[in-house]
Amino acid sequence: MREPGRRVCQVQELGRLSYAAALELQRRLVEQRRQGLIPDQFLLLEHPHVITLGRNGRPEHLLAPLEILRRAGIEFYHTERGGDITYHGPGQLIGYPILNLREWRQDVVAYVRALEQVIIEALGKFGLRAERVAGRTGVWVDGRKIAAIGVRISRWITSHGFALNVSTDLSYFGYIVPCGLSAPVTSMAELGVRATLGEVMAALVPSFGDVFECEMIMTAVPGEQQT
Amino acid sequence: MIDVVMPQMGESIVEGTLTKWLKKPGERVERDEPLFEISTDKVDTEVPSPAAGTLAEVLVAEGQTVPINTVVARIDEAAVADRATQPGAEAAAAAAVEAAPKAAAEPAPAEVVSGEVGPLSPLVRRLLREHNLDPRQIKGTGAGGRITKQDVEAYLAARGQAPAAPPPAPPSEPVAIAEEPAAAAAPAEAMPLPRAEAPKVRIEPMSIMRQKIAEHMILSRRTSAHVTTFHRVDMTAVARMRERFKEQIQQRYGFSLTYLPFVTRAAAQALRAFPLLNASIDGTNIVYHNEINIGIAVALEGGLIVPVIRNADEKSVIGLQRAIVDLATRARSRQLKPDEVHGGTFSITNFGSYGSLTGTPIINQPQVAILGVGLVEKAPVVVDEDKIAIRSVCLMSLTFDHRLIDGALADQFMLKIKAVLENWSEEVL
Repeated sequence: MREPGRRVCQVQELGRLSYAAALELQRRLVEQRRQGLIPDQFLLLEHPHVITLGRNGRPEHLLAPLEILRRAGIEFYHTERGGDITYHGPGQLIGYPILNLREWRQDVVAYVRALEQVIIEALGKFGLRAERVAGRTGVWVDGRKIAAIGVRISRWITSHGFALNVSTDLSYFGYIVPCGLSAPVTSMAELGVRATLGEVMAALVPSFGDVFECEMIMTAVPGEQQT
Repeated sequence: MIDVVMPQMGESIVEGTLTKWLKKPGERVERDEPLFEISTDKVDTEVPSPAAGTLAEVLVAEGQTVPINTVVARIDEAAVADRATQPGAEAAAAAAVEAAPKAAAEPAPAEVVSGEVGPLSPLVRRLLREHNLDPRQIKGTGAGGRITKQDVEAYLAARGQAPAAPPPAPPSEPVAIAEEPAAAAAPAEAMPLPRAEAPKVRIEPMSIMRQKIAEHMILSRRTSAHVTTFHRVDMTAVARMRERFKEQIQQRYGFSLTYLPFVTRAAAQALRAFPLLNASIDGTNIVYHNEINIGIAVALEGGLIVPVIRNADEKSVIGLQRAIVDLATRARSRQLKPDEVHGGTFSITNFGSYGSLTGTPIINQPQVAILGVGLVEKAPVVVDEDKIAIRSVCLMSLTFDHRLIDGALADQFMLKIKAVLENWSEEVL
């Protein structure tokens, strides 16, 4: 039974979703959330190969010409989230929380730190000691970045979020200077943790509920997600 | 004049970088409409306008970083008051350019629709509705950028020309292609609006749940070698048991006793006896699950979900009934928790509750079998070699993955379920 008065966050496991479809879905949910038609949402999904450049990103951080990307089957988007350039692709777990921060804390820095905390706690369940690095948003293991964060907030409603490398083919990061940093990236698989996206989701969702102090509710998706 | 300041976006934040103005000086802005964007540590934030009016002054340029509470712009509210007198004038202007006299006879006050679109006259709104158009796609040329009837007609004509919208005419009809642009180029007034016919189709996007169900069903069909076997099960013993305890259970527990928990209990016992039915396939390995977690398909409005009863073999009939009622209720009010829809090792679908005699269900991946339960009804049955009796019977189907399970095993499994149900001996209370 639900504790009365506790905030609710609906979890949507969406499987593989194109970047464009995810943008459109977020746009719709942000609007519905703003109008109070739906509770907070936590979208979990995987993107096909795509490189995205944030609003403040520097195009020179894309190291390959667009033509090469096209031939490699990688989409390219300018996007409205914070942060610089990044890569998304299969084996990477994407989390897009659509939260009304008015009902949590009206603090964008606290929000980003909380996202980091969710990921750090979830990775801990797999025996990985992840940490923050001062001045470098994201989650790190031994000086290598395992999760990137880029967020957009409109009237205190959040969108975009984080990308956690589970079994990502890290060679794709070779096309970019990730987030404008020349620090190396890593993945759970590279660190010796063999886990499916489904298992990582199962670890992330309760951590998210703990950190944001809300009840995580599964929305209807039949059966098991194939990962 | 209203001052617009750099907002404090968090306790520890002392400054912000203004990355983009979303309005230009002199432009009108509504209260709460996004006015500019700021950036702090990987977060981009849209800042809404504190008031309605005209953006009078911009004091901080894009790219500048300023302390919080610095005045970044001023908004002239007086501009709103001026504007208040405008809608009447605009309506008159719009009415004047309406070609149809009928429109001029309808000088209803302009109404503001939500979004970035300005006020629309009733005629324009009707046109938009009839043609199912989004006003944001149409460029307004009327007073203050508002959309006139001509704008809608021009949009429709242009759309008619665009190759994307209607399928291009086949090459055998070159005349039709030549004619269309000519028609579009004609003055808007001269072109009679096509009569709005009753549409033959209605298109709406699938919900995410629907898309996921569709994906999952096709994925399952592609993954497994589906075979279905049917068995007739005599439910008379269970029906008697149910009759005997139904009222007592309703009184004591507040739910009614159905056939489903009996079938679930029988299935759990059969799964214990035949663990291959409780397995899944991983590449060329067989994964045997030690827990028997039975998913029960629940119909929802516009979809379905399969919540899972964990360790179903450890539960009594009453315990199973309670779990089924609880999961189904919470599935319908969308309050299932993540671990309640994951980890199923076998599924049951009870289409009998909708009157179906039997069916051929699709396997819920990555499981390897699903039991379908048809309607339980009274029927004449041959018993004791040559006598006819009225019995409660049910057609049950088992869809199994022939990659892993052969017909003989599937039927042994079903015979086990049948034996448990037909010779029901366990007390219910």
